[in-house]
Parts: sequence; structure tokens; C-alpha cells
Amino acid sequence: MNRLTTTAIATLMALGLAPAAQAEIKIGATLSATGPASFLGDPEAKTLEMLVEEVNAAGGINGEMLELVMYDDGGDPNKARTFATRLVEDDEVVAIIGGTTTGATMSIIPVAEDAEIPFISLAGAVDIIDPVKAWVFKTPHTDRMACQKIFEDMQKRGVTKIGMISGTDGFGASMQAQCKGVVADYGIEIVADETYDPKDADMTPQLTNIKNTAGIQAVLNPGFGQGPSIVTRNYKQLAVGLPLYQSHGVASKGFIDLAGVEAAEGVRLPAAALLVADILPDSDPQKAVVTAYRDGFEKKTGTPVSTFGGHAYDAFMILKGALEKAGAEPAAIRDAIEGTTGYVGTGGIVNMTAEDHLGLDLTAFKMLEIKNGDWTIVE
Amino acid sequence: MSELLQFLFSGVTVGAVYALVALGFTIIYNASDVVNFAQGEFVMLGGMATVFAHAAGLPLPLAALAAIIGTAAVGVALNRLAIEPARGAPVVSLIIITIGASIFIRGAAQLVFDKQIHTFPAFSGDDPIRILGATILPQSLWVIAGAVLVFVALWLFFTRTLLGRAVLATSNNRLAAQLVGINTNFVMTLSFALSAGIGALAGVLVTPITLTSYDVGLTLALKGFAAAMLGGMGNPKGALAGGLLLGLLEAMTAGYLSSQYKDAAAFVVILAVLFLMPQGLFGRKSTDRV
Repeated sequence: MNRLTTTAIATLMALGLAPAAQAEIKIGATLSATGPASFLGDPEAKTLEMLVEEVNAAGGINGEMLELVMYDDGGDPNKARTFATRLVEDDEVVAIIGGTTTGATMSIIPVAEDAEIPFISLAGAVDIIDPVKAWVFKTPHTDRMACQKIFEDMQKRGVTKIGMISGTDGFGASMQAQCKGVVADYGIEIVADETYDPKDADMTPQLTNIKNTAGIQAVLNPGFGQGPSIVTRNYKQLAVGLPLYQSHGVASKGFIDLAGVEAAEGVRLPAAALLVADILPDSDPQKAVVTAYRDGFEKKTGTPVSTFGGHAYDAFMILKGALEKAGAEPAAIRDAIEGTTGYVGTGGIVNMTAEDHLGLDLTAFKMLEIKNGDWTIVE
Repeated sequence: MSELLQFLFSGVTVGAVYALVALGFTIIYNASDVVNFAQGEFVMLGGMATVFAHAAGLPLPLAALAAIIGTAAVGVALNRLAIEPARGAPVVSLIIITIGASIFIRGAAQLVFDKQIHTFPAFSGDDPIRILGATILPQSLWVIAGAVLVFVALWLFFTRTLLGRAVLATSNNRLAAQLVGINTNFVMTLSFALSAGIGALAGVLVTPITLTSYDVGLTLALKGFAAAMLGGMGNPKGALAGGLLLGLLEAMTAGYLSSQYKDAAAFVVILAVLFLMPQGLFGRKSTDRV
């Protein structure tokens, strides 16, 4: 029995620790690969694994191999905090990528700040980098930017009065608040403000009220998951007949399938370039990057690419750039990440400064319109 | 006027969904006094299995049939593997077993199917039917018809057939039922198969409206359970009335008060009803002989 245990342990060590022995740069990740946010965390985890493999196959960074220590926090902020502490104290990583959800990110931030380890978050909320924290960066565009992009487009179409119907989930509620914060800058007024539960099966009462509000010119639906699909179907059912805007939260092919080609016709939404890699003009600087990532990811995993995996791609590439430039000291890595300029990623072109730890502007979003069941870019 | 009608249509659509789920609770409850919290998972399995069978090339009616039979088999397996071995355990333990089973089925569905949201085409197209300025989708009529049909079938089953009465007898006193020659094992197997089948049928009917994914069961079970409690647990009439009432309450609150308080308003009414009538609107009065 004893010998069996010893053999088992020896085998495990051979499998698990042998690669570790030759690794020289350790980077950490805690992601929500399972649980309610798994549709975000799963492509992120697969992307990181793929990229580390690629880098090591190409001879590592400045000749040193990378080791990725990855934990699955299941979207639970408490676990994320525990894993972040473990990454810092036991695994002694030089940088952390992770925090799939805003909640998980917020609980990792104090750990990274205290330990003075650079942390690149993959979550959406603007609060992560506003106010700026010395050791915290993020790659995904913010809700506020999505709102601004949408309002910019509405302004161009001469819309001044809109209705909002928002999901009460974290994403919907946060974006609703951000949109209300910037709407006045565009001379637009929200004259109807309704909500729905993300699991609701029918939103016609809310949409009936919006439709019957005097003077309304367009409707905006912040939310993700199945809610926006149902809103879009009900919108057609009621023949509201006004422009409908969705958020970047539903920017995937699945949305068109679920809402139905007919109902989705004419819907506009902001999205990252990754989603429309094929229809980007060749002159677009992001075209090469997003096409390469998409092809690599889809070949490796057999699943369609998502913007969430793209966030992990950008985080890893920015970190890789910093490691190449500054070596493996956390403080030097931090300075190098902050000095990132002109990095062309899946989310846009990143120019970080001491005041801006995101480094994206509104050009990171393309305004898309759904036509005949496919995306087209609105100029 | 068209506003009120639209809210009514919305309420009836959603209410019929809840009613179908609530009806699934009645058989197992009647046979064993167990509230089966895996009922929502049966609804999910019905929808998801249809989606995948349809995607694999089966025509929709055949895919739906396969999903219903498959789910009924899962129901039987649940009884055989989890409920029967614990026979004699208190009802509360059995209920907790069903909660465990629901978590297991949800996890298994995540692996067997996937984590994406799915749907399949509505049976009679997506063109809304217009009545006096309000609209209703043809699929809503299918759901309503399904709920009414299941209700009638269950009502006939429990009041007019020997087997239905055997189910009620088993619930009342298992030993006594056995003594008068009722095969209680068969009754339990049958009740799980029927409950799972009804759940799966609900899943097939509602998926074009609610969409489906591995985790829809939890919310549906919760709403269906609330509807069943409101109407009176174990009574098909109560399940139907409770479901429709809950749906209408939600739609009217969202329409006339505020969409923020939609769920809260519905649950306040449920609390009030249960406070005044603990057995629900149509529940049987329980009398314990001492």
C-alpha cells in the first residue's frame, strides 16, 4: 500500500513538476473557467494555454521558458482572492492575469497592490482603472465607452429622445448606470427607463410602455445572455418600428440565431474588431492581428472565437511585450506595461499612460448593423 | 385598451409556461409527498435534447418525442438510483436528494450538451397574431394549449382511472396501499416517468419562447414551484390556476406599476395567499388522524 502511494506520488511529480523545473518565468492566472461566467472564462483560459504553448515552442521569452500557473475561481470573488494570494505567496509569480468578472477582479486588486505584483484584469467595469491604481491594468473596453459609441451614433442619426430597457444582472445594471452618466453629453434624453430580470420569458409589457411613450426615437437595451434576444423578438412582435441598439454584451453570432434573422434585421451594436475580422477592410491595422488570433484559436479549440478570449490574448501579449523589454522583475514589468504604446490588439490599439491603464479610445469599437443575418460595419 | 390586452397576452403566455412546469410537480408529489426539485431539470432536458436531436438531423416532432422519452428514462433512473435506495427516509431527506439530483443533472448537461444558449424554430412560425391592436405569438397558443391539455389529462387520470387512484393511495399510506394489492414500486416508477415526461413536454413547448441552456431549470423550477404552492400543491387545477395567476401578476406589475418590482409584487401576493390559505387556492385540507 505504502509503495503504491509512493509510486503514485512519484508519477504525479514526474507529470506535474518536471516541466516546472525548467520554467524560469512564472506568470499566474485566476479565471472563471467554470461556473456562471464560464462562457467568459473558458475561452480566456484556452487562449492563455494556447499562447504560452506557442511562446515556449518558439524558444520562450529572451531564451527563458514561461510557466503558467492557472486557477479556476468559478466566478467566486472569495476564491479569486484566495487564489491570488496563493499565486503571490506560494507560486511566486511575477504577474497576474485574470479576474474574469468585475467581482473577482475587485477582490484580486488589494492582493496585487499589497504584494506589488502587476495585475492585468479581463473584466469590464470602468471602476477597475478609474481611479488609477499603480499595479492594476485592464484590456477590455468599458461599459462607458460602449455607451459613448452608441450615443455618438444616435447623435449622427438625429436622435434626441430614447427609451432604455435594461437587464437587472450585473452587466445590464452597470451599463444602465454608465449610460445615464454620459447621455447628457450627447444632447440625448432618456424618456422611458424599464428593466427586466435576465431570466424573464417575455418583455412585451415593458416594451409596450416604451412604445407608447410620446416622442421616443430609438431604444437601447443593455444586457447579455438570453434577455436581449427575447427583447429583440418582442420588439418585432410589437412592431415598434424604431431603431434598436443592443450592447457589446451580445456581440456574437449566437445572438442573431437566437433573436431570429428577421427580428435582428437593422439592430445596431458596438463591437470589437475581432468579431468582424472577415469584413474589416485590408487597410485596418487590426485586421492581421484579429485574423491570426481567430484562426489559431478556432483551429486549436474547434469553437468559435469570442471577444472574451481576445481580452486574454491582449493581456498576454502586453505582458509578453513587457517581459521582453524589462525582464522578470515585477516593478520593471509594471513600468513596461504602463509604457505600452501602439500595441495593436484584438480590442483596439493600446496606448497606456500613467493616467490611463486601459489605453483604448472609442475607435476600439466598430458600430455594427445586422443585415440579412450578418454583420455590416456602419461608417 | 390595446395596452391592457397586450399585458394580458404577455401574462397568459408566461403564466402558461409556469403552469406547465407546475403541473409536472403534481404527480410525484401525489405519489410520495416529495416536492421534486429536479423538475426544472426535466424541463431543461426536454428543451436541450430536442435542440441537439434536431441539430443532428431528426425532424422536429421526432426530436421532441425522443427528448420526452429520454427524459422520462432519466426520471425513472432518478427514482431507481436515488429515491428508492433511500426509501423509508423522511420526506425532507428525499427532497434534499432531489436537490442533489438537480445539481448533478445540470452539471452533466453542461458536459453532454454545452454551455451555450439554444433555441429551435417555433412550430407555426414567428408571425404574431394581431387582436385589437395587441399581439400574441402562435407559439404562445401552443404553450397554452399544452398546459390545458396536460391539465385535463392529469385531472382525468387522478379522478377517473384506477391507476390514478392507486397513485393517490400510495401517497396516503404506502403500506395500506400494498396490502390492498397496489404495486407501489410500479406506481413510483410510473409517477417519475410521467412527471419527467410532462416536464420534457413543457421544455419542448416553451423553448422557442424562453430559449434554453443547461441552467434554465433552476429559475423555471422556482417559478413553477411558486405557482404550484399558490394554487395548492398536488392539485392539477391549482397548478394551472397558480401558474396563470403568477404570470398575470408579473405582467400587470411590469405594465402598470414598475418593471423593477415585478418579481417582488408577485411574491408578496403569494405570501399573502399562503398566509390566509396555507394549503393554496385549491389545496386539499390535510387532516391527520390521531
